[in-house]
Amino acid sequence: MSSTTIVRNDDELMNARALKADGVREQRMLLSLATPALLAVIAIIVIPVGWLFYLSFVGNDGQLTLENYQKMIEYKSYARTFVTTFQVSLLTTLLCILIGYPLAYFLAIMPARLAGFFMLAVLLPFWTSLLVRTYAWLVLLQKNGILNDFGMAAGLWDEPIKLVHNLTGTLIGMAHIMLPFLVLPLYSSMRKIERDMMHAAANLGASPIQAFWKVYFPLSISGMVAGSLIVFVLCLGFYVTPAVLGGGRVVMVATQITAILENQFNWGAASALGVVLLVATLVILFAVSKLFKLDNALFGKN
Amino acid sequence: MDSNSDPDPHSDSDSDSDSDSGSSQKPTALPINIQGLTKKYGKMYALDSVDLNIKSGEFLTLLGPSGSGKTTLLMAIAGFNRPDAGSIRFGAEEMILKPPHQRGVGMVFQSYALFPHMTVAENIGFPLKLRGVDAAERAERVDTALATVQLSGLGDRDIDQLSGGQRQRVALARAFVFRPRILLMDEPLSALDKKLREQMQIELKHLHEQLGVTTVYVTHDQREALTMSDRIAVINKGKLTQVDTPHVIYNRPANAFVADFIGESTMLPLSQDGPGNLKFGDHLIVHDHSGEAGSQWSLVIRPERLFVIGDETIDPEKTIVFPGVIRDFVFQGDTAFALASIGEQHNLSFRFGTDSSSSQDTLHPGDSVSLGLHRSDVIIIPRGTEQ
Repeated sequence: MSSTTIVRNDDELMNARALKADGVREQRMLLSLATPALLAVIAIIVIPVGWLFYLSFVGNDGQLTLENYQKMIEYKSYARTFVTTFQVSLLTTLLCILIGYPLAYFLAIMPARLAGFFMLAVLLPFWTSLLVRTYAWLVLLQKNGILNDFGMAAGLWDEPIKLVHNLTGTLIGMAHIMLPFLVLPLYSSMRKIERDMMHAAANLGASPIQAFWKVYFPLSISGMVAGSLIVFVLCLGFYVTPAVLGGGRVVMVATQITAILENQFNWGAASALGVVLLVATLVILFAVSKLFKLDNALFGKN
Repeated sequence: MDSNSDPDPHSDSDSDSDSDSGSSQKPTALPINIQGLTKKYGKMYALDSVDLNIKSGEFLTLLGPSGSGKTTLLMAIAGFNRPDAGSIRFGAEEMILKPPHQRGVGMVFQSYALFPHMTVAENIGFPLKLRGVDAAERAERVDTALATVQLSGLGDRDIDQLSGGQRQRVALARAFVFRPRILLMDEPLSALDKKLREQMQIELKHLHEQLGVTTVYVTHDQREALTMSDRIAVINKGKLTQVDTPHVIYNRPANAFVADFIGESTMLPLSQDGPGNLKFGDHLIVHDHSGEAGSQWSLVIRPERLFVIGDETIDPEKTIVFPGVIRDFVFQGDTAFALASIGEQHNLSFRFGTDSSSSQDTLHPGDSVSLGLHRSDVIIIPRGTEQ
């Protein structure tokens, strides 16, 4: 109600300065809580990535050059590596959706307590070492492995099937390891779909199949895309499982980087590969998030 | 509403001949006939052999406290739960085994259950699309429905751009746009603030008159039930305790539960003194009561039916007078509420207007007061029975 002619000095009001100072102090306290994490991010991510970025422009002779990037265009093996990387990542993601969607749906329609128990089964692999799980698959899938022994003993096939040291083995192992990353976000988005939604769809005349495709599925897409992106991006830089189960036949970017470093000790070429992969990943993330309006899921916006 | 024109829809015989869909004159409403409907959760009976006939075109409210089974009954009519026994018929057609999407009833959910990935128009057009209505007619009917709920021009909005009241209207439009002959509503106004709720009550009532559709409405709000309904079915512990018009429910409650749940009331135990004579202390309440001898009875007094007696003379043939002492007095704006003790053990609560001519200024705790009750306002119910 203050009229424009009266200039008010709110600082002169009772306790105004002390209250303001108290507010500033509280904000500083909160900021100081975030400081360790902030420093860690700078030390572990920003500086090394910046250093890699710099190295990728340095030739063997120590001069600034674009030769590391030119080589990637010249040699076909680089292109093949990128194609393989995206192919394997995409296939793994699709496999995860195929297995994970029904699983998440099953968990979402169960009573919460029961779902918690089954969720344990999904999370259990998380608590085991990645390497152990990967070698466990090797034991299962190899030429004289448990699966082949069983299949031949049961008379299902006569010759050992080649399940490992190829794309099949890589995909099996990667899908297994990546599954929880898809199921968790998908499950949480499905839990948010009210039961009344499906009731309303049925009430308005939708058969169970129509209700699923026209109401449930569209409402679960954001969770599915978020989970798929996590899986896809993690796959792009995956090293251990493709290296062990691919047996050298599935060469992904991470494998290539290791090879370059171990065989040629060429930091520049390795860095250039890493930078290209990083940029490609960011471009994909950006495009998909724009396409599916995923800003809130990925970047924590409201 | 012309429920009289229907060929006795609530007869108990199975011979209703209006087997519907193909007939040239499409009926606008269907009666609902429920028999022996039972639903158990564990050992608890959510519905205990419920019989209910809802007339064609009627606005019937299921009224009861939470956990009484009213929502379970509505969900059973919609087909969202599977009863353990009983029959639900729409007209002549048995529905008990029909899946919900084949029942053709409209429903307004408490949460509204609007589809967030569709616009307002897509939400309302959804049932029409499923029924194969072509785009042109669909758009026309959606527009008409939007106009009916006073949301013309908002068809392109997203659901999250709407206020609570607007969502309520969209949910309503979606429920009647496909011309169902039965409309179910599950506490549709409970999320709205008081003013909007009271406005919507009147609007819903008008809409019902306009559509003429048989409507089953669930609420725990007795005032809402009294405002809107043709009949109220009071439900408690899975059983219907009284089914009647709002007037009868309020003025002639059948038992202590109904008297207590609907409106405010004071119950006083009565003693029997000779045939037909029921007394409270020294007060003869009725002299020609026709209830069974040996049963026990209570007097129900509505607070607003009591009045403070001043200097005027009172005809004891027409009015019962309770002398008492004011114990408490509360001003509540439109009315004032007071508690007076009569005798050693009993209190009477009473209510009166707060206009300038009322006696509110003269009453103080500790004052003696004479409270009058017209004999025509006397309500007698059996004592002790909760059902």
